[in-house]
Amino acid sequence: MKSLKTLEELSALKAEALKSSNLGEDTTTTRVVVGMATCGISAGATPVYEAMVEQVSKKAPDIMVSKTGCIGICCMEPIVEVHEPGKEKVTYVFMTPEKVEKIVDQHLLKNQVVEEYTIGAKE
Amino acid sequence: MNTVTSLKDTKFFARQERVALRNCGIINPELIDEYIARDGYQALGKALKTMSAQEVIDTVKDSGLRGRGGGGFSTGMKWQFAKNSENDVKYVCCNADEGDPGAFMDRSILEGDPHALIEAMTIAGYAIGANQGYIYVRAEYPIAIRRLEIAIKQACEYGLLGKNIFDSGFDFELELRLGSGAFVCGEETALMTSIEGNRGEPRPRPPFPAVKGLFEKPTILNNVETYANIPTIILKGADWFASKGTQGSKGTKVFCVVGNINNTGLVEVPMGTTLREVVEEIGGGIPNGKKFKAAQTGGPSGGCIPASLIDTKIDYDNLTAIGAMMGSGGLIVMDEDTCMVDIAKFFLDFTVDESCGKCTSCRIGTKRLLQMLDDITLGKSSLEDLDKMEELCHYIKDNSLCALGQTAPNPVLSTLKYFREEYEAHVVEKRCPAGICKDLVTFEIVEEKCIGCTACVRVCPVFAIDGKVKSPHTISQEKCIKCGACFEKCKFDAIIKK
Repeated sequence: MKSLKTLEELSALKAEALKSSNLGEDTTTTRVVVGMATCGISAGATPVYEAMVEQVSKKAPDIMVSKTGCIGICCMEPIVEVHEPGKEKVTYVFMTPEKVEKIVDQHLLKNQVVEEYTIGAKE
Repeated sequence: MNTVTSLKDTKFFARQERVALRNCGIINPELIDEYIARDGYQALGKALKTMSAQEVIDTVKDSGLRGRGGGGFSTGMKWQFAKNSENDVKYVCCNADEGDPGAFMDRSILEGDPHALIEAMTIAGYAIGANQGYIYVRAEYPIAIRRLEIAIKQACEYGLLGKNIFDSGFDFELELRLGSGAFVCGEETALMTSIEGNRGEPRPRPPFPAVKGLFEKPTILNNVETYANIPTIILKGADWFASKGTQGSKGTKVFCVVGNINNTGLVEVPMGTTLREVVEEIGGGIPNGKKFKAAQTGGPSGGCIPASLIDTKIDYDNLTAIGAMMGSGGLIVMDEDTCMVDIAKFFLDFTVDESCGKCTSCRIGTKRLLQMLDDITLGKSSLEDLDKMEELCHYIKDNSLCALGQTAPNPVLSTLKYFREEYEAHVVEKRCPAGICKDLVTFEIVEEKCIGCTACVRVCPVFAIDGKVKSPHTISQEKCIKCGACFEKCKFDAIIKK
């Protein structure tokens, strides 16, 4: 990996990173994040993350699954958020490995939000 | 069930504004590219390529950023003092020794956005003329430590740490130092003593760290959250940051809302948000329809804010004025079933354990204070003792070297100030209004309400309840251990707590 020496190199890297991470506004691929800070992990986020990686790699390999830090509402961990291009994110709370399959099958594959697991259902 | 499907549309999120937490819960903290995708290291590039060290400090000064660890000292001024101290070696330190019970702001930033800290410390190094930084993080944060190590390694690979960063001739190295969980090491001089390899004990100031700090060299020490604000301030400018918050407290503040509250979590709001907004809207109110009684800010060093002051706008000066303090951001919410004497005792118990023992006033004073509180909860005190206790509080504050001792009596003083009648009930009437202090509570059965279902008889662990089926029961006060199991079990409100 080469050292960054100029602001132009940093900007070029940013543009590249925006694409590879699906964090840009013009991204075309869905990004799924699992809250994996201490609060999430202690509530059982690790098996949720593993189930998500396994399910997605099997059924929808184009979708990106990523760990992330504390999403904020620690009392509803484990939390999974689905960021689809051009849409408001969907927040799933109190996740379990069993619920992951339904989210992958219904939301990620068929585009139907699993409302019963979303934050609105628990608020 | 409502139709909200995104956290962004919830009441919990609506009033929040994320500056220090801008990347938490969005990026993968273990990938530097994701931080860079979100404008990461742009501020460092801007500072090194287009700004002088003094311009960086002026920007931080003008932003009005104050220390987020609790002290609230101007960050820009701190940097200026360190810059003005002539020396060939200077240090940049980060206080990540978060120890207040119920506080996890710093941990969340370290775990969710470690590069923000690395970038900010490098900027600080450039500003004051330091080439070495230390992050003092407690060993109880293994995930934070692992992610910091990964982040430092990645930053080195991109040349964002190390020699000649951005071809500017500026070198900066960063190392971790692990603390072993002593609360006093969150105090700046004790922290530096610990980094030096000695027993973590505070030392007198002056000389202040900016003049003679780590290894007797000019040093700045800032909290994780303070640093997390820096890159955005450099990038968006001082005016942008200063436009948020109140007259004396700019920007946003991260709080950990915990205790008797529906939505426990990590919250970032603009300074000047009222406590009511945080508790009732963001926090979603108190569980089980209970009433809000008080909130403790600043952990064991802070004070409580009673329900009568729930409309206080949260900023440094307002909280100090009412006898609480901003602290690092722990916000413990208490409901009507909380005994304020018991709460003061809880915090004192903590400081007694954590006092390093250097100053007599703190080592013995807090111990005596705890004994006095204990006596109150046992019903062994008089009104005179309350005055003596207050006197001891002031003595400890005035005679302790560091902030641990100086602030240890705060929970007692502030509960005495706002809940004196509760102390008096314990002392005069030998009664605990909240029904928490076991020795002052009795459980009795109301004959008229008891239908004789024997549910309480079966649940009592010490066989203290007598009674036949379908005739009223009685509790033997000699046998009763006041566990409250019968009180919880009775469906007919026939058992009362006095």
